Amino acid sequence: MSRVEVEKKVLNENQVLAEQLRERYRQLGILCVNFISAPGSGKTLLLEKTLERMDKRARVAVLTGDLQTENDAQRLAKFGFPVKQIVTGGTCHLDARMVEKHLADWKLEDLDLLIVENVGNLVCPSSYDLGEDGKIVLLSTTEGEDKPLKYPSIFFKSELMILTKIDLLPYVPFKAEVAKQNARRVHPQMEILEVSSTTGEGLDTWMAWLEARRRKAKEKAGLVSA
Amino acid sequence: MHELGIATSILESVQSAARRNPGVHITKVGVKVGELAGVDVDALQFGFECIVKDTEWEPLVLEVESIPRVQRCPKCQHEFRMTDYDPQCPQCGEFATQCISGEELDIAYMEVDE
Repeated sequence: MSRVEVEKKVLNENQVLAEQLRERYRQLGILCVNFISAPGSGKTLLLEKTLERMDKRARVAVLTGDLQTENDAQRLAKFGFPVKQIVTGGTCHLDARMVEKHLADWKLEDLDLLIVENVGNLVCPSSYDLGEDGKIVLLSTTEGEDKPLKYPSIFFKSELMILTKIDLLPYVPFKAEVAKQNARRVHPQMEILEVSSTTGEGLDTWMAWLEARRRKAKEKAGLVSA
Repeated sequence: MHELGIATSILESVQSAARRNPGVHITKVGVKVGELAGVDVDALQFGFECIVKDTEWEPLVLEVESIPRVQRCPKCQHEFRMTDYDPQCPQCGEFATQCISGEELDIAYMEVDE
């Protein structure tokens, strides 16, 4: 009997593909963000409000993942930007192969921003790199403040947390400060924004965050001067 | 929830190693799972046993090593096991410490009969 050291990622195949996607985005100056949350935290509504506020000439596209139905793609398609549904048929997360496959008939040269809306799930999507520049995790005020402690992996790996449904704060026991403290315990450097997609509060700040990141991706690709 | 997919990826790695090395009999695969990997070790073991059952790979053993979250202090270089999500360096009090391990989801080794 002998032991052979391997040192290889279990999800190596996904990782290789994700790195290829990341390199394509980097060369073209595309910002790709991966939206992750529990089901019902408001990913699709926030994306609707985001697309609604975009300049009609904005070069943005959305891939949206669900176990079943084309409902989200229909909701998001009404703003005139390219949108494609990824129906996973039961799989609880998106992986890099699904993203690559659904990008196949889009011309990436025509994009500045690619938003991937993951399947509603705080666990499994955290293990699968999709080639994104950053993960964005949503936490809504109708959930528990301790979610970052219960699901540390995704809060650790996300660079931004968006606290959603803040218009409900007067009516729910949720303490925003406690939730933010919990998020920073898991991930001290995480940025945090607060929004209400219903009243529009905080959306300007979110749009500015996204625009700043989009510019940065362009600058990194050397496509605009700093 | 996605442990079955991860178990399948582990088995595929072993199968691919076996194809590359004809005549070598792989008896065990060792995997490192970090605290932050989001993988339940029991579910992974169970999923792995299910996919090898009644196949030629049934005797293959999966050994999982859990890797704790370790932080390093940029000021005094002290390394410490992070418990209860407290990032503060116990030696010098610095808060902005960096995670240096705990995200692993790696195949570490395979054991073979030659």
